[in-house]
Amino acid sequence: MPSTLLQKVWEAHAVRKLPNGQTQLFVGLHLIHEVTSPQAFDMLRARGGRVMFPHRTIATVDHIVPTKDQRRPFLDVMAEDMLSALERNCREAGIRMLDLSSGLQGIVHVVGPELGLTQPGMTIACGDSHTSTHGAFGAVAFGIGTSQVRDVLASQCLAMEPLKVRRIIVNGRLPDGVYAKDVILQIIRRLGVNGGVGYAYEYGGDAIARMSMDERMTICNMSIEGGARAGYVCPDETTIAYLRGRRFAPAGDEFDRAAAWWRTLASDRCASFDDEVEIDGGSIRPTVTWGINPGQSVYVDERLPKPAALPSSDRAAVEEALAFMGLDAGQPIAGTRIDVAFVGSCTNARLSDLREAARIVRGRHVAPTVKALVVPGSQAVRAAAELEGLHQVFLAAGFEWRGAGCSMCLAMNQDRLEGREVCASSSNRNFKGRQGSPVGRTLLMSPAMVAAAAVAGEIVDVRTFGRGA
Amino acid sequence: MAPERITSVSGTALPIRGNNVDTDRIIPARFLRSVSFEGLERHLFEDDRAQAGDSHPLSNPSYQGATLLLVNANFGCGSSREHAPQAIRRHGIRAVVGESFSEIFFGNAVALGMPCVTVSSEAASQLQAAAEENPRTPFLLDLEGMLVSAGPLSVPVQLPTAAREGFLDGSWDATGLLLERYDEVREVAKRLPYISGWR
Ligand code: SF4
Repeated sequence: MPSTLLQKVWEAHAVRKLPNGQTQLFVGLHLIHEVTSPQAFDMLRARGGRVMFPHRTIATVDHIVPTKDQRRPFLDVMAEDMLSALERNCREAGIRMLDLSSGLQGIVHVVGPELGLTQPGMTIACGDSHTSTHGAFGAVAFGIGTSQVRDVLASQCLAMEPLKVRRIIVNGRLPDGVYAKDVILQIIRRLGVNGGVGYAYEYGGDAIARMSMDERMTICNMSIEGGARAGYVCPDETTIAYLRGRRFAPAGDEFDRAAAWWRTLASDRCASFDDEVEIDGGSIRPTVTWGINPGQSVYVDERLPKPAALPSSDRAAVEEALAFMGLDAGQPIAGTRIDVAFVGSCTNARLSDLREAARIVRGRHVAPTVKALVVPGSQAVRAAAELEGLHQVFLAAGFEWRGAGCSMCLAMNQDRLEGREVCASSSNRNFKGRQGSPVGRTLLMSPAMVAAAAVAGEIVDVRTFGRGA
Repeated sequence: MAPERITSVSGTALPIRGNNVDTDRIIPARFLRSVSFEGLERHLFEDDRAQAGDSHPLSNPSYQGATLLLVNANFGCGSSREHAPQAIRRHGIRAVVGESFSEIFFGNAVALGMPCVTVSSEAASQLQAAAEENPRTPFLLDLEGMLVSAGPLSVPVQLPTAAREGFLDGSWDATGLLLERYDEVREVAKRLPYISGWR
């Protein structure tokens, strides 16, 4: 029977059917961080359990790390406590930790792939919803809660409901100034923020096939914003080329044998999907969210919706969002003033993202009213960017150049919005209060669009930005 | 730990209206700065409460002691933080009734022994109205009969079979189950090429 990648990986990792109909699924790679794991270790201890496969778990620290002064002990006492708890738990259990002094630290969904820990055909779990990022390699990867982190520590397994697969085909050439971020925002806008419930999204089509691994990660990362528990791209030669020579990837002959297995994993040509959707990549334009969920977006040259013109069932949500954002029905999104520009997060803080943002700001300067910061996704990204001199481009333009971490994506460290500030952000969530101020406002967009907004002081169309006017 | 069977939840109900209520709203990230879940309930919907002033149901003393939470569509979307269902559970809520739930939230709630059952959008609204009109209205969620009642009103609820059986027979706490057949787990691990070393 022809099967999808999800089916193949699922079958390879299924231990047994549980009495309640769920599948007991072996987890090939478990990633942990300081926010959702300490309680899990406590629960495990309370039950007298131990970590069953310590070598299949890897830890890093990302959510709470300060990005300005990373000397230990942190000035932020709670952050220091959380990091020390993780260090202690890892030491006791024999879990490898990519700590701040390793040069390998960073956002968990950036470091897993760049170190070659993330590989095709694995099941990957992490106590973080953006674990879907790792699906870019043809892994089946999902976010889990803390009780499930406990389960994986205790048994290296999860009890899972089967997932349906929706194939999302993106064909056509993305126009200049249109990025993977715009593609996924468009998918979410079209299918809705809960359109993916019950599904894994398989992304295919020639536009996806042409994408780099970084771009595929951006797409898979935000599957969760579309309601899908997981998202993946079938592994191909781009995937294999990316993994060759990575620190934790197989080496030598083993790499060739691994690659041979990886090539068998892609969904079979005549596999059947529970649903299929086609998107014309050539018609996508730079996209900006205007509301309080990631599905509330418009093209940069569009106007905001008018509640009066909408079906009554949609009206209240749009009115609530407009009121919170302080935006007017029917106004253009271009020209919206911003106070903060944030290039960062597991969605868009890899080297290619920083390059695109730097290309826009080179030789220009951030608007005087804007506070702008670049937070690389990992220490490795930061080092690689510095090697290319990108930090100098950003610093000269008036951006701050920070250490690696989640930072203003969710504001668990000192980086946060104040009051009603409006932030142009390359992150993934625009929920009320997400960036640290309960009444702060977030507009999501590609890193290039963030860079352009930082310079202009307002939302501008990156396709025409700087071409005179 | 002895398995606990969960067959019904009774008491009064707290209505929180709105679709796409995300976990950042249920428990803002700044309250995740801790190594335990203790005391989270104090910050349940903190920013929403501050913005709504006295009109937020959680600020209304008549809803104190509620054991059911009544919500709408895509409740608990966004961040996977178990802190969200933990805060709700620690507030005293024992079951959630809504139009739909984000999957991670649903799974996290199951792991805490807090059923999340779904009803039609019309029924959700009727149930919320019943609690709003009279916060003392007695509610009963019956997982055997798959019904929820609010005073004289009674509507059918849905819950995936796996989760339902788990609550009814006490196997909702998965850890024990997952540890039962350890040899089979080892077998699967050995068969995986990336674990056995690409032989
Ligand atoms: S960057 Fe943001 S979305 Fe990504 S793991 Fe960190 S907090 Fe979560």
